[in-house]
Amino acid sequence: MNATGIGAAVRRKEDQRFVTGKGHYTDDVNRPGQCHAYFLRSPHAHARIKRIETKAAAAMPGVLAVLTGVELAADKIGNLICGWMITSKDGSQMKMAAHPAIAHGKANYVGDPVAVVVAETLAQAKDAAEKVNVDYELLPALADPAKAQSEGAPQIHEIAARNTIYQWHLGEAKAVEVAFNSAKHVTKLDFINNRLVPNAIEPRAAIGEYDSGSESLTLWNTTQNPHVARLVMSAFVGLAPEHKLRVIAPDVGGGFGSKIFIYPEEVVCLWAARKVGRPVKWVAERSEAFLTDAHGRDHVTHAEMAFDAEGKATALRVKTIANLGAYMSTFSSSVPTYLYGTLLSGQYEIPAIYCEVDAVYTNTVPVDAYRGAGRPEATFVVERLIEVGAREMGIDPADLRKKNFIKNFPHQTPVIMTYDAGDYHASLKKALEVADYGGFGKRKRESARHDKLRGIGFSTYIEACGIAPSQAVGSLGCGVGLWESAEVRVNPTGTVEVLTGCHQHGQGHETTFAQVVSERLGIPLENVSVLHGDTDKVQFGMGTYGSRSGAVGISAIVKALDKIEAKAKKVAAHMLEAAEGDIVFADGKFTVAGTDKSSAWGEVALNAYTAHKFAGQELEPGLKEGAFYDPTNFTFPAGCHICEVEVDPQTGESEIVAWTAVDDFGTVINPMIVEGQVHGGIAQGVGQALLEGAVYDKDGQLVTGSLMDYCMPRAHDLPALKVEMTRTPSPSNPLGIKGCGEAGAIAAPVAVINAITDAIGSEDLAMPATAQAVWQALQKAQDRRKAA
Amino acid sequence: MPAVALTVNGKPVTGDVDPRTLLVQFLRENLRLTGTHVGCDTSQCGACVVHVDGKAVKACTVFVWQIDGANITTIEGLADPNGPLHPMQEAFREHHGLQCGYCTPGMIMTAVDMVNRKGHDLDDPTIAISAAAPATITS
Ligand code: FES
Repeated sequence: MNATGIGAAVRRKEDQRFVTGKGHYTDDVNRPGQCHAYFLRSPHAHARIKRIETKAAAAMPGVLAVLTGVELAADKIGNLICGWMITSKDGSQMKMAAHPAIAHGKANYVGDPVAVVVAETLAQAKDAAEKVNVDYELLPALADPAKAQSEGAPQIHEIAARNTIYQWHLGEAKAVEVAFNSAKHVTKLDFINNRLVPNAIEPRAAIGEYDSGSESLTLWNTTQNPHVARLVMSAFVGLAPEHKLRVIAPDVGGGFGSKIFIYPEEVVCLWAARKVGRPVKWVAERSEAFLTDAHGRDHVTHAEMAFDAEGKATALRVKTIANLGAYMSTFSSSVPTYLYGTLLSGQYEIPAIYCEVDAVYTNTVPVDAYRGAGRPEATFVVERLIEVGAREMGIDPADLRKKNFIKNFPHQTPVIMTYDAGDYHASLKKALEVADYGGFGKRKRESARHDKLRGIGFSTYIEACGIAPSQAVGSLGCGVGLWESAEVRVNPTGTVEVLTGCHQHGQGHETTFAQVVSERLGIPLENVSVLHGDTDKVQFGMGTYGSRSGAVGISAIVKALDKIEAKAKKVAAHMLEAAEGDIVFADGKFTVAGTDKSSAWGEVALNAYTAHKFAGQELEPGLKEGAFYDPTNFTFPAGCHICEVEVDPQTGESEIVAWTAVDDFGTVINPMIVEGQVHGGIAQGVGQALLEGAVYDKDGQLVTGSLMDYCMPRAHDLPALKVEMTRTPSPSNPLGIKGCGEAGAIAAPVAVINAITDAIGSEDLAMPATAQAVWQALQKAQDRRKAA
Repeated sequence: MPAVALTVNGKPVTGDVDPRTLLVQFLRENLRLTGTHVGCDTSQCGACVVHVDGKAVKACTVFVWQIDGANITTIEGLADPNGPLHPMQEAFREHHGLQCGYCTPGMIMTAVDMVNRKGHDLDDPTIAISAAAPATITS
């Protein structure tokens, strides 16, 4: 390892611009002649749009256009689509309803855009929007996914009877039934995986610009995957052919999944820019983000686990209703299916699993991937069942886990996945030591002396990252390949630009990707630039989500670097007058094996371009290579998190007093950045467990629509986190990387709930476990005890 | 349109503004000082914090006419552009105190204010609580 190579905690290159306020986020971009868009949104969850009167608004000062779904349809702007086809158990295809960028005929959630006003200034656009008159006919609304399929529930889209999008299943129902019939113990649980609002700190934004000379469109957009956005807006929405549409995702202020999707607003900005002949800018307000960013989670689940007399899990049965909201967002269908059902084996050898998922429409904002996406929900199911099972059977929860761990790899689960490598004992063992599990009893007694209830909760989670082998996901219904691309451009002076199809919005790729190049080529970190987020620079790429940038994106860079090295060796062979096979490349130097004849990296780079030492007709001049890397498997980061809480029985308030995280991410490029990812993930997971929950009332109004009503975690909600690692490199990619972006958010919620339920001695506790919820659970448990 | 005159990062600036113009809008749109960002519309996130007469203020809570004559420091003016980073900027960088960088200018300006106010009395709990409740114009 060199000082800035793989494994070094180097400080981030991108931070210089961020700490000085020189980042360039979409809202920091201002185009000459730019005007502003303001969206008028439906205040009703479900309403027929009978008429929209725009004349008065159009006459307001500064107004350039007032556009509705009528004009959008007239211009034949296509619908937004969901790109993952799910097939129901009866063989029918999922029921994807039309999703126009501006509601046409009917509004289906509070926040559904019904008109857009484009004006010289934002203030003028807002003033004019007040003059738009929409005549609504209110329809009964549906917000509760558990009620979506009932007889008489409001019907949202004609195409989906009983609001059912698909009824999917995975696994062997028969084998599961047989196992349950002979079970010694069965643990059963009902729970809701609470609905979350992503709240990336930078609100979504878009600027559309039309160049009539070249008849091309440019979009600046807060997106995690500019190429996918371009593909969808070109091939499906039909805004412009791909080669006439440029998408730029500059610095992006967090995403957590919510900026993967293609949203109505960017479509409208591009469309409107062409109509008014001026660049059109839109920036979401936070209140607008609450109403319109795709939400996360929102599962209603019943789950059962069967155990034999020794406590070995013999089967798992899961039935989930997943709320996908009013329309199917870009990847929504995959989240409660192939990102959920396939992880239900957890870290355990469970011989039989059967999972059924009904996805439903409701009059709420669309639901799609949010940090972890399906895997936190799966982990919650498995880790709650194991923990509660252990308590019911009187087995130590750590011991029950050990008894059921998968020990041999590769391991084929009953739900598609083949785990390639792991050591679940190692991470549990280390976590037990770091958390001083042996001393818990003493700490519990101490807490009791201060009238506090102390509890401990485990989460031995697993996730599938590095998405994904293209053929495999294609066979499961995914509409795109999930490989990644890279291009390595060596300049004549030996400095390097790396172009990647990944996109950074907090992950630090400009540093970690450069570290890989620095190590491989033996050049200083500052001689490497990482370019991303512009479809005119990077040819194609799949973007960043699902903890894929390391496992897939870096692998593509490694593949391109292999080609660079091979080509550079050819150049060096000519320079050193040696056979190509005798050239050894190490520490930034090309040496003829067994001699002291060598050329430095910079000399070889220069010679590749001067092309004086070789026949340019036989060996192409230049030093630039590209690669597409398609992974051979998912990667399987896993680990053990242990949460310790103190609950005040008088108030129900829970305080997290200790947190241990031991994660196995395989090879780590930059431990400082990885630790930061773990911290952030845990904070988000703690947010879900203790504080966050999107609440729609029965009329479909979002009652948690601001940071005042929707509680985000803050510094004082978290203790100092103990973060450790174990390492079993992934055999499925060249560097052995597994991915670390989502682990915390996957592991944390169930660790917290396991800890609080341990403290209060009751399993009947929903997320978010607010002081009120915990206090009520305590009272209920007391009443039960009194009655018994 | 009220006329305002301010000192921003040591330079005098003037402008005629619509009375509803917020300080953060004036900084970002009129002066093109885009280092200060907007993260919410309810004055809760702290992304927009700048210093007004030496005190941390959420620039989204103040109309620019309210502070006519004030001395403003933004992230762009915290350190000499040609010199080294301010120690707080350096500390954020050194200790990986940021990821996406969007709110970072506001967090740095808040942190500088905390040190100015509390100095050596700052300990972990105080930092956690103060970070959760950045100052506003009224504090
Ligand atoms: S922008 Fe959120 S507090 Fe000012």
